[in-house]
Amino acid sequence: MSDFIATLCSQLAAKQPISVIGGNTKGFLGGRLIDEPLSMREHSGILSYEPTELVLTAKSGTTLAEIEQCLQDARQMLPFEPPRFGEQSTIGGVMATGLSGPRRMHLGSARDCVLGVRLINGLGQHLKFGGEVMKNVAGYDLSRLSVGAYGTLGILTEISVKVLPMPEIEQTQSLECSQAEALEILVRIGRHPYPISAAAWIKGALAVRLSGAASGVASAAAAIGGTSLPDSETFWAGLRDLSATEFHEAGRWLWRLSVAPTTPVSAIDAFCFDWAGGQRWVMTDPDDYSPFDIASECGGHAICFAKDRSEGTGMQPLEPGILSLNQRIKDAMDPHGLINRGRLLGGTH
Amino acid sequence: METGQLVAALATGVHADRVLFQPHDVSPYECDGLTMFKAKPKVVVLPETRDEVCHVLRTCKALGVPVVARGAGTGLSGGALPHAEGVLLVMAKFNRILDVDADARIARVEPGVRNLAISEAVSDLNLYYAPDPSSQIACSIGGNIAENSGGVHCLKYGLTVHNVLSITIALDDGSVVTVGSDALDSAGYDLLALTIGSEGLLAVVLEVTVRLLPKPEEMRVVMAAFDDVTKAGDSVGNIIAAGIIPAGLEMMDGPAVAAVEDFVKAGYPLDAEALLLCEVDGTREEVADELARVESILKESGATMLRVAKNEDERLLFWKGRKSAFPAVGRISPDYYCMDGTIPRKHLSLVLKRMREMSERYDLRCANVFHAGDGNLHPLILFDANNPDEVKRAEDFGAEILELSVEVGGTITGEHGVGVEKINEMCVQFSSDELTQFHTVKAAFDPTGILNPGKAVPTLNRCAEFGKMHIHHGQMPHPELERF
Repeated sequence: MSDFIATLCSQLAAKQPISVIGGNTKGFLGGRLIDEPLSMREHSGILSYEPTELVLTAKSGTTLAEIEQCLQDARQMLPFEPPRFGEQSTIGGVMATGLSGPRRMHLGSARDCVLGVRLINGLGQHLKFGGEVMKNVAGYDLSRLSVGAYGTLGILTEISVKVLPMPEIEQTQSLECSQAEALEILVRIGRHPYPISAAAWIKGALAVRLSGAASGVASAAAAIGGTSLPDSETFWAGLRDLSATEFHEAGRWLWRLSVAPTTPVSAIDAFCFDWAGGQRWVMTDPDDYSPFDIASECGGHAICFAKDRSEGTGMQPLEPGILSLNQRIKDAMDPHGLINRGRLLGGTH
Repeated sequence: METGQLVAALATGVHADRVLFQPHDVSPYECDGLTMFKAKPKVVVLPETRDEVCHVLRTCKALGVPVVARGAGTGLSGGALPHAEGVLLVMAKFNRILDVDADARIARVEPGVRNLAISEAVSDLNLYYAPDPSSQIACSIGGNIAENSGGVHCLKYGLTVHNVLSITIALDDGSVVTVGSDALDSAGYDLLALTIGSEGLLAVVLEVTVRLLPKPEEMRVVMAAFDDVTKAGDSVGNIIAAGIIPAGLEMMDGPAVAAVEDFVKAGYPLDAEALLLCEVDGTREEVADELARVESILKESGATMLRVAKNEDERLLFWKGRKSAFPAVGRISPDYYCMDGTIPRKHLSLVLKRMREMSERYDLRCANVFHAGDGNLHPLILFDANNPDEVKRAEDFGAEILELSVEVGGTITGEHGVGVEKINEMCVQFSSDELTQFHTVKAAFDPTGILNPGKAVPTLNRCAEFGKMHIHHGQMPHPELERF
C-alpha cells in the first residue's frame, strides 16, 4: 500500500472526513463538497494492460488522456466513449460520475464496462471487489454500484475496465429532418441489425454513426440514406464533451434528461438528443428546476449541468422507497458519513 | 416454529392450495440443479399474485422464518437449495409476458418466464433477448437476474446485467420498489447493478424489463481443430488482437470432444486435442468479411482442420454438440461436478496442465468446456456419487481448481454463482473486511437476514474454520492429534 493510500485509510479510520477529486473537471455536477478536497492525481499510473485480454487496470488518478493514448497504440478503446471536460479528467472521476458518451447506446455505459475496483470504504479499509476478468459473479457487484456514486460510497483507488478493439472504419450519415421524424427513423432502422454506434439529433439533422467492417458500414449507409457527414469526429466529440456551441448559452442552464428513447418529442423541449433519444439536452432559465418534473413525468431523471448553480445537488430527487435504500447503502459503505460530504443525497450526512 | 403455526400464518394471505407442507408435496423441491445438496423445506408456497408474495415476506419477517426464492430450479450452485426451517417461494406461476414494445425494443415479463420463451415470443418481430445460458430452454428470467447469467454469446452481447433495464422487487418487509427504468440510467446509486447477481439475498424479483436486439441478418460458425491446447488458446488471443470480437468463441478439450461426438454426432474430429467453435454474426457483408479473416487467423495459428458450417442446419449441429456437453458427459459417468472459474485467458495452458496433474492425483477423469472468449472455464469432474470416497475426491478436486483460478488472478465463479457450493472458496477470494462489507450491504436490504440465509457470502466464523483446514497446504491443524 502506498503512503498516500495509507494516509487516506488512517484518516478515515480516525473518523476524519475526507473529500476527494480527480482532475476537478466535473466539480459542477452534484452538490458542493463541504470539506476541502484532496486531489487523487498523484495516485496515477496504468497497472496492467494486455490488449488480447481486453482488460486495462489503472490507478484512479490516471488521466483519461494517458489511458486513451495507451489504448490507441494497440488500436483499442474504452467502449463507452467517456466525455472529457478538461485535459486533467481522470479515470476515477469518469467512474465516480458514471458519464458515458455517444457510443453508450451501442456498447454500453461506464458501469457496464467496469470489471472491478479497489476502494477505501468509510471505515478506512482498502477493499477489492470484482476483478480483471470478463465474467465474475462472486460477491455483490459493489464495483458497478460505485460507478456514478460520486465517490460517496468509497474512495476509488484502482479500476479495471473492459476495453474493445477500435472499429475498422466509421462513417456518419446525416439526414435532415425534424426531431420527431428523427425518432421515427430510429425506431424503423433500430429493427435492423445495422452496426449503429451513435445516433443524435441536433440543428435540424439526424446523425447516425456506423462502425465496423468496411463492407458492413457501406451497405448500412446505403440502406439508411442521407449524406455522409464530413469531419464527423469533430461532430461526435462536440456532443461527447459538450463542446459544441449549442451547449453553451450565456445566462441559461443546461440540463441532461435521461428518458426512454421513444419518449415523444412533445414531452420535452430539447434542443438536442443523443443515445437515439435516450439522452435529451434542455436549456432553462437560471433557477428553473422544472426539468425534474418533466423527467419524472416521462419516467426518467434529470441532472443540472449548469456551472453557476450554487444550491442543492442538481440531481433528480429520489422517490421515498429508493431514497431509503440509497441512504441505507450509504450507511453500509460509509457508516459515519465521512466521504465526499455534500456531493449527493442533499446533505443527508 | 411449528409447521402448523407457520402454515396458518401464511394461509391468512395466500390461497390454501398454494401452500404445500406434506412431506411428499415438498420433496420434489429438495434441490435445484446442483443435486449434491438436498434439504426439505418446511413449507413450499406457489404464489400467484404480488400480494401473496408480499404477504409471505411480511409473515416470514415477523416470525423470523427464512425465505428462499426459486425460479425454475436449474441453478448449478445450490442458490435455490431450500432452508430446512424455512419457506421455499416458488415463482413458477409468474409466467406471463406482460408487454412487448417492438418500437422501444423492450419486453416486460414476470420472473417465472423462461429465458428462451422471451426470444420465441418476439421472434416474429425479428427481435431476440441476447443472454443465452445453456439451460435457456428451462431456466427462468428471475433466476437469471439472481445469478447474473451469461451464455455462449456474452463476450459480444454481455451478461444479464447488460441486458436488463429495470426490475420490480419485493423487499424483506413486503414493500415493492422498481429499480432502473425504461431510460438507460437512473438517479441515485445503481441499485439495479447491485441487485442483479445478488443470488436472492437482497430481494425477490416480481417483474423484469429486458432489452431486445434485432436478430442478426446472418450467423456463420467455423470449427477448428488443434493438436495442442496452447495453440488453440493462442488462436483466441490472435483473433482478438486482430480487432475481431466474435459473437461466440467456445473451446472443448479432447475428452469433452470425445464424449460429445459419441452423443450428438456433430462431426467433431476425434483426434483433436482441442476444438474451437467461432461464430460471427451481423449483416451479410460483415459476416463474409469477418469469417474470411477468422479462417486465415486460425490457419496461421496452427489449426489442423477447419470447417465452416455449410448451412443453418449444420451450424445448429455444431452448436448442439457444444450445448450438449453436460448431458454428453453425463452419459459416460454416473455423476459429474461442473466447476465455473474464470481466468485471464493467457493462463489457459498453465491451468489446463495443472488440472491434468490434479486429475491424475485425485484419480478422477475431467473434461473441459470453455467459454474461451471471456476466460470462463467449465471443468467437468467425473465421479460416482455412490462412492463416498469419490465424492470427497471430486469436491476436493473442484475446490483446488477454484483456488487455482483465484491464484492466477481470476475468480471462483464466472456465471453459476456462489450459492452453497462455493461458499468456502469465497474465503480464498475475499478478505474478512471485504466479506464484512458484503454482510453490511446485505443488512441494508434485509436487516434480519430472512432472505436466502447461509448462501453466497460466508460468515467469518465459517472462513475461520475453513481457513484452519487449508492454510497449511493440506496439513491439518494440530498435527500431533490423532484424527479419524
